[in-house]
Formats: sequence, structure tokens, C-alpha cells
Amino acid sequence: MHEFSIVQSLLDLCEKNAKEHNATKITKVEVKIGKLSGVEPYLLETAFNTFKEKTLCESADFVMHLQDLVVRCKNCGYERVLEQNIFICPTCECGLEVLDGEDMFLMRLEME
Amino acid sequence: MCKDCGCSITPHTHDSETHVHEHTHNEHANPQLNDAKTIAVITKILDVNDKQAEHNREHFTSHGVLAINLMSSPGSGKTALLEATIDHGGLKLGVIEGDLETNQDADRILAKGAPAYQISTGQACHLDAHMVHEGLHHMPIEGLDVVFVENVGNLVCPASYDVGTHLNVVLLSVPEGDDKPAKYPVMFRAADVLLITKCDLLPYFDFNIEKAIQETRKLNPKVDIIQIDSKSGKGIEQWVAYLRMKKSLR
Repeated sequence: MHEFSIVQSLLDLCEKNAKEHNATKITKVEVKIGKLSGVEPYLLETAFNTFKEKTLCESADFVMHLQDLVVRCKNCGYERVLEQNIFICPTCECGLEVLDGEDMFLMRLEME
Repeated sequence: MCKDCGCSITPHTHDSETHVHEHTHNEHANPQLNDAKTIAVITKILDVNDKQAEHNREHFTSHGVLAINLMSSPGSGKTALLEATIDHGGLKLGVIEGDLETNQDADRILAKGAPAYQISTGQACHLDAHMVHEGLHHMPIEGLDVVFVENVGNLVCPASYDVGTHLNVVLLSVPEGDDKPAKYPVMFRAADVLLITKCDLLPYFDFNIEKAIQETRKLNPKVDIIQIDSKSGKGIEQWVAYLRMKKSLR
């Protein structure tokens, strides 16, 4: 249940950006959540909607983009969306490098 | 798409006679997008934690101390491993302990004569970089070889937080079962080293060690794996040799 801690960091980040832009209200928060970032999207959304009260995000919509796991083989250039958690190149058996899908980003804010 | 600011998100209307544009343009506040309403941020949600983690890592590095984040489920033998490592001798260890309640783990380390500081996280299921930083203020690291951060027993949440160590060591004990790597991929991908602990129990459990190793390497092809038993001492020599080698590179 670390989704609550992550939402707290997200709300702090939103407030910091709102202050930098002299905004008094945030109306939309867009995040990108990697499928292998270790958070449960449903719980993250619930946590956001619980903790946004009495913050600048109180009336903000929460838009979540789920990011697939994108991998590449440095050796042979094989690149694709990984469906199963097997991080070995099927062509040359090298380890695959993750290009996207393991992190959580705040992407965009809409504010007034 | 809006011609003025290039954004494609904020709803607005364009009319040839009366150009109604709902964006509030404020070039001073947001020179990049010319739009005070929609801003592109693209920042990691745990950015503040990650910066604190870098600070912690610099602190360890500047003292020539190897720092290790020890993660596993509860009861897989983290504290027993640390006791066995201290008993082996040859390395000066310090331990920052994370638990929801009690000082029992720190007391076990202190009883072995090594410095330890207990962080009680209350209801928090993981340590973050700020908690470890706070712990470092209570534990001088001068003269130590290795500092362990013994994370809260949990195979999920700690994996998302960089606490500012150099290496992640993950424990998998034989009684937990060989299916854990596949079930908790984020944690086992985060591991630099996997320690398969309580190995002396292998004859008594349906734990297929080859399968556990194979499943972990599918997730994490570069991981180093050591089989260990802290009670009997099996694998401790290899583990301490690994720590010495890593410490010598710091």
C-alpha cells in the first residue's frame, strides 16, 4: 500500500509546480504509470481522490496513462513491447534493456 | 491544436470574427509553452526522494563506505544474515533497521557489538531516502566498511524506493517457495544480488532451487546469486568475500 506515499509525493510535486506558475487551482493531473513500476493503478487513483481534498488538486481530474514495457536488445537491436516478464532476447539470448514502463511520471498539469 | 501555444489539451474555441481563446497567456511565468493553463512537467513522481537518495549515496561514497539495501519478505532471515556476517568478522558493519514496530532487530545487532539505529516506520510499509537520511544522523559511519539498510519486510513496496545505497540485495528463503520471483517481478528485477537463504532446509521443502534461479534470471539476467544458510554458516564465506570485493572498489 505504498500508493498513499506515492500520491503524497505527487501532490507535493503538483503544488510546487502550481506555485511556480502562480496558479491557485489545478484542474487536471496527467500521469504516466509504467506497468512494471510496482504500483497498482486502481489503488493509486483511489489514493489520489482521497488525499486531494483540501489541496490545490481538490477539483482536479486524474488522468492515468498506463505505459507498456518497452525493451531493446543492445546486441541485435531487437525492440518491442514485452508481454511476458522475460528479459532475455529471443534472438541472441542477451539481456534486454528497458526503455520505458518501469517508472512513474507526472506528465502534465492543467491549472488556473 | 492551438497555433499560439502548440498544446492540444486545453479545450478552447476559435472563431474567425471573434477569436475566443480560453488560455491565459503569461510568457513570464511559463516561457516554454506560452500557456499558464497547461504545462508539461515530465518529472518522476518520486523525484524528491531520488534527489535525497543521491545525497545519501554521496555521503556513503565520500566516506568510502559500501551501502547495501537489504530487502525481502518478513522472516526470510535478514537480521540472522547480518548477525552471521558480524560473527564471521573481518568487516566493520553498521545497520540502519526499518520496522513498523519494536527495536528488536537493532537490539540484536547491538548485542553483536555493531552500531545500529532503529527506524520505526509506524504504518509505513517501506523505508524512503529521507528516513535513511534521518537514520544516518544518528549513526556516524566513519571507519565502517559496510552499512546495511535493513528494509521493512515486504516484497512489494520497498522496490519502488531508492534509499541511496550502492547495491540492492534481495533474500528469498527456502520456506517461502520457489514461485516468489515470478510473483514479485519488480522486487526481483531490482536485485543486484539474490541470496537464497535457509538452504539447509532444502531437503524438507518442495523448493526447486534450479527453478528459483532460472525464474530470477528470466527477470534479471545480470543478477548474482549466492546460496546461504546463516545458522550453519553455508555460503557465508562467499558472501563476506563478495562484500570485501565490493568494499575494495569503493
